[in-house]
Amino acid sequence: MENNKKPSLFLNFLKKYCENKLAILGLIVLIVIILLVIILPFFLRYTEAEIDALAFNAPPSSEHLLGGDDVGRDVLSRLIYGGRVSLFVGIISTFISVIIGIPLGVLAAYYRGYIESIIMRLADIFLSFPSIILILFLVSMFGPSIITVTVVIGVLGWPFFARLIYGNVLSVKEKDFVEGAIAIGEKNSRIVFKYILPNAIAPILIQITFRIAAAIILESSLSFLGMGVQPPAASWGNMLYSAQSITILTERPWMWLPPGIALIVTILSINFIGNGLRDALDPKTKIG
Amino acid sequence: MKKYILSRILVAIPTFFGITLLVFLVSYFASGSPLELLLSNQNISEAEIERQKIKLGLDQPFYIQYFSWIGKLFMGDLGDSYRTLQPVMNLILNGLGATILLAIAAVLIACVIAIPLGILSAKNQNKLWDNIAAFFSFFVTSTPSFFIGLVFLFIFSVKLKILPIGGMYDIGQEFSILSFLKHLIMPSIVLSLHMVGPLIQFTRSSMLEVIREDYVRTARAKGVKEYIVTIKHILRNSLIPVVTYLGMEIPLLLGGAVVTEQIFAWPGIGNLLIQSINTRDYPVIMGITIIVAFAVLLFNIITDLVYGLLDPRIRYD
Repeated sequence: MENNKKPSLFLNFLKKYCENKLAILGLIVLIVIILLVIILPFFLRYTEAEIDALAFNAPPSSEHLLGGDDVGRDVLSRLIYGGRVSLFVGIISTFISVIIGIPLGVLAAYYRGYIESIIMRLADIFLSFPSIILILFLVSMFGPSIITVTVVIGVLGWPFFARLIYGNVLSVKEKDFVEGAIAIGEKNSRIVFKYILPNAIAPILIQITFRIAAAIILESSLSFLGMGVQPPAASWGNMLYSAQSITILTERPWMWLPPGIALIVTILSINFIGNGLRDALDPKTKIG
Repeated sequence: MKKYILSRILVAIPTFFGITLLVFLVSYFASGSPLELLLSNQNISEAEIERQKIKLGLDQPFYIQYFSWIGKLFMGDLGDSYRTLQPVMNLILNGLGATILLAIAAVLIACVIAIPLGILSAKNQNKLWDNIAAFFSFFVTSTPSFFIGLVFLFIFSVKLKILPIGGMYDIGQEFSILSFLKHLIMPSIVLSLHMVGPLIQFTRSSMLEVIREDYVRTARAKGVKEYIVTIKHILRNSLIPVVTYLGMEIPLLLGGAVVTEQIFAWPGIGNLLIQSINTRDYPVIMGITIIVAFAVLLFNIITDLVYGLLDPRIRYD
C-alpha cells in the first residue's frame, strides 16, 4: 500500500466493480428499467386501470403493444405501472428493515447482557419461521394493500440486518481504535456513529441489494396468491395471478409472460449488482 | 446432553406461548368480529346473533377468551371452521399429509440435483462445470419459483400434455402409484428450487475445505481410488454443513409450499391456508399459523439432536 500517493477508496471500489462485467450489465439494465417505469407513463396512451372495451382479452396489436387483459386493460401500461409498484415495495420495505434491524443489532452487540439475548433470540426465531406464512397471516388480518404488504415485508426483514450488524459491531468493537475511543471517554453514541457504523457500511450495502431482490420476490409471490397488491392497481405479481386460470395460461401468454420476464430480468440485475458489490467491497479481497 | 435438550425445550415453551399470544392478539384486534359472516346474513335474527356470541364466548373479556382458546388448543381443539363447520384440527391433519409428502419429495429432488452438482463444482474448481453450477444456482435463486411453475405447466401439461395440470390423483380413477408420481413430479421440483442454489454452494464450499485436509492426501498417497476418496473421505466429512442447511431449510419449505400448492392445486395445508384467507375463515388461518410455529420449533430441536448423531465431536454441555 503506497500511503504517500493513496488513491481514493471510492475510485478503487469503482475500478474493482467495473472489472465485473455482469455487475456492470446488471447496473445498466436496472437503470434502464428504473428510467422506463418512471418516464414511460408520461407517454403511454392508457393508465394501468383504464379499461378499453375493445382490448378485452385482445392479443398484441399496434393499439395495445402487449395486448389487453381479461377486463380490457392495456398490458403494457400495467407492466410499466406494475414495475413501479414492485420496485417501490422492494426498496421501501428494505428501508424499513434497515431502520428497525440496524439499531436493534447495534444495541445487542454494544450493550450485551440480557438485551443481547432477547434481541438475538428473537432474530433466530423470526429467521427460522417461514416468513411467507407469517406475512400471509398478518396481511389476511390487516387486509391486503400496497402499504400493508410493504410494511409487513419490511418489518419481518429486520433480523437479516440485525444479525449482520451485530456480528460486525462485535468484531469492530475489539479493534484498537475503538478501545482507544472508549479509553479517552468518548460518548457511546459518538463511538457508534463515528467509529463502528462506517466500518460496517460495506456488508450492509451488499445485504441491502440482496434484500431488495428478495422483497420483490416476496411481494410478487404474495400478489400472485391474491394477497398482495390488489387490482386495479398493478404489480408484476398480480399480473401473474391471472395465469392461474388455465385458459389464460394456455391461450393468452401475453398476459403473463411479460411480467414474469420483467421480474426475472430485474431480480437477476439486482443480484448481479449485489455480487459485484460484494466482490468490490469485500475486505478480504485486496484493494489497491 | 440431557441438560442441553432440556434447555432448548425450556426456551421453546415460552416462545410457543409468545406466538400463540401474538396470533390471538392480532386476530382479536385486526380481524373484526368472527360474527361478521353471520351479521351479513339478513335472515338471522338479533336473538340468534346474541346466542351465537355467548356460544362462541365472545361476550367474555379478552384474556378469558385467550385462556379458553389456549386451553382448548392443548386438548387438540382449534375450534371449528366458519366455512365448512368441521373441526380445524381435522382440516389441517387432512392437508398436512399431502404437504409432508410434497416436502419430502422436494428435499430428495434438491439433494439429487444439488449434491452431485456441488461435488462436480468442487472437483473442477474454476473450470467449466464449476461455472455451469454457479450460473445454475444463481439463476434458480433469482427466479420466483411460481413463475417457473407456470412455465412448467405451460410446457409439460398444456403443450406436451405429458403431465397432469394439478391435484394429487386422477379424479374418479383408482389410485395408482404411477399417476400419483406424475402428479407429484412438477410441484416437488418447483418446491425444491428454493433450496437447490444454496445447497450447491454449501456442498461446494464444504467439499473444498475438506479436499485440502491431510487425511485426504494420505488416502490418495496410499493409492485409494479417486472415486472412493471422493465419496468416503471427502463427501462424508463435508456433509455436516449441508445437513445443517437442510435442517434450517425444511421448516421454511412450508412457506414455499403455500405458493407451489396454489399453482398445482395440491391439496395440502398451503392450499387450505389460501382458501381460508379468501373466505375469511379465521379459525383455520390461526390454526395453521399455530401448527406451523409448533412444527418449526419442534424441528429446530430435532435438527440439533441430529447433529450430535452425525458428528460425535459435537457435545452439548
